Amino acid sequence: MNALDIRSLKKTYTNGTKALKGVNLQVAQGDFFGLLGPNGAGKSTIIGIISSLIRKTSGSVKIFNTDIDKNFALAKSFIGITPQELNFNQFETVEDIVLNQAGFYGMRKKLARERLDELLEKLRLEDRRKEVSRNLSGGMKRRLMIARALVHKPKLLLLDEPTAGVDIEIRHSIWSFLKELNSLGTTIILTTHNLEEVEILCRNIGIINSGHLIEDTSLRTLLSQLDSESYILDLEDEVTDAQIADFPELKAIDKHQIEININKKEKSLNSLFVKLSDKGIGIRSMRNKNNRLEKLFLDLISTS
Amino acid sequence: MKELYRSWLISFYTIFSKELKRFLRIWLQTLFPPAITMALYFVIFGGVIGSRVGTMEGHDYVSYIAPGIIMMSIITNSYNNVVSSFFGAKFQRHIEEMLVSPTPNGVILAGYVCGGICRGALVGIIVTAVAGCFTDIYIQHVGIAITVVILTAALFAICGFINAIFAKKFDDISVIPTFILAPLTYLGGIFYSVNLLPPFWKDLSHVNPILYMVNALRYSFIGVSDVNIYFSIGMMIVSIVVLFFICLICMHRSVGLRG
Repeated sequence: MNALDIRSLKKTYTNGTKALKGVNLQVAQGDFFGLLGPNGAGKSTIIGIISSLIRKTSGSVKIFNTDIDKNFALAKSFIGITPQELNFNQFETVEDIVLNQAGFYGMRKKLARERLDELLEKLRLEDRRKEVSRNLSGGMKRRLMIARALVHKPKLLLLDEPTAGVDIEIRHSIWSFLKELNSLGTTIILTTHNLEEVEILCRNIGIINSGHLIEDTSLRTLLSQLDSESYILDLEDEVTDAQIADFPELKAIDKHQIEININKKEKSLNSLFVKLSDKGIGIRSMRNKNNRLEKLFLDLISTS
Repeated sequence: MKELYRSWLISFYTIFSKELKRFLRIWLQTLFPPAITMALYFVIFGGVIGSRVGTMEGHDYVSYIAPGIIMMSIITNSYNNVVSSFFGAKFQRHIEEMLVSPTPNGVILAGYVCGGICRGALVGIIVTAVAGCFTDIYIQHVGIAITVVILTAALFAICGFINAIFAKKFDDISVIPTFILAPLTYLGGIFYSVNLLPPFWKDLSHVNPILYMVNALRYSFIGVSDVNIYFSIGMMIVSIVVLFFICLICMHRSVGLRG
């Protein structure tokens, strides 16, 4: 069963802006799906339509086979959402915000309290439960929105930039939490500009640009389209220009670092490393120069 | 089906208790000012001017105006509670918490309106207690008083909700209370009997819906009214039903709520 089934979805705003021009998108149950696109591409409009905050102009949206035009209340009960912008009452406490959300979904108080305790512990907000939300740090506010979205145990979680403004440690803990959530069966749709996040979390990816879905595939398939990749090598000893003169794919950054740009179809990293070793160049470590998805993403956007 | 109704009841209770907590938390802004303002009315119109006015419709002036002043505070507070709270939720965008949930529009509306009724009624009780410091308060028809207070607060809470739906900026939520509600209230027979007015102004006053509410409450207190109080109650019930459905239609069409 598809968690989300969007057919010919169009949205034209009252000012005439055509945000979506006939999008078709299916997300399988249990998937961790990344919805990518530049600013203004239509990602938030799709999220808004699914969550009922934006009215569609035409097309159909089904959530776990429930058409939002026929039974939106049931469809809504499947969804949890953390929007891009903070949208909780700045004067309420953390626990009131989460408990109120449980109340809107008709959860009994006892059950809601149990769920609140569980979520605050997992999202490391236990000691802040009585804190007024406006006093929280940026990262805590993001985690509060995730807790609020999950209080009613949604089957489909929509995350719009969930780790924006979050420090590295917390970001990693959120990623672990989301992976665990997904492994337990929650379908997750993630929109983000952080492509590292997408590469770590998502199995499948959709790229939207100017209201059209221009790519809908698995992360593995998408990455296999990558012909060349750039790496930075940290060297064991200083290198001279003469030592790397025979390697057109190499460029010295400084005496201890070189950059390689390798076409994966023509040459393997292994053969290159052997040749470098023969020249007496030892490699201490290596890393990607850019995120791999970034290049693909930019190529796709520019050609669409 | 029973499960569905239970779920709606929980949603209603959540919105209602959220509203109660909100105005009780900021009591210095919501409950205390009406007590001070209305005490000043009683001092000026009751003590200072009222003693020179003498009696009106057989009652001393301060007793005559007390129900009108109580009604004025109920109208203002029930309206303001809903308009500021619902528009605030729109402005801060936490209205989205409710909109993304399966809570039906009618439950959202009922939760806010009941919050407005509670604030209106509570302020009404406070102002009645204040009035008790200036004159002997005796309610002749308690049932009618309770009915009129609840209906008036409900009616103006719904009006506040409609205002909040259409409001796009904070100015929009002060225009109606300042330029429509306040004049209608002051000209609604709070401080005088419309029978004292020349025929033209007397007839014109009968177009003012607040006249009927003020007189219905006055009747419940001192047994005097310029209008038929059963007509007043009927008019309020019809208005509440009509405006409630207008609200629901606006919400169903997502007016001012969704993009």
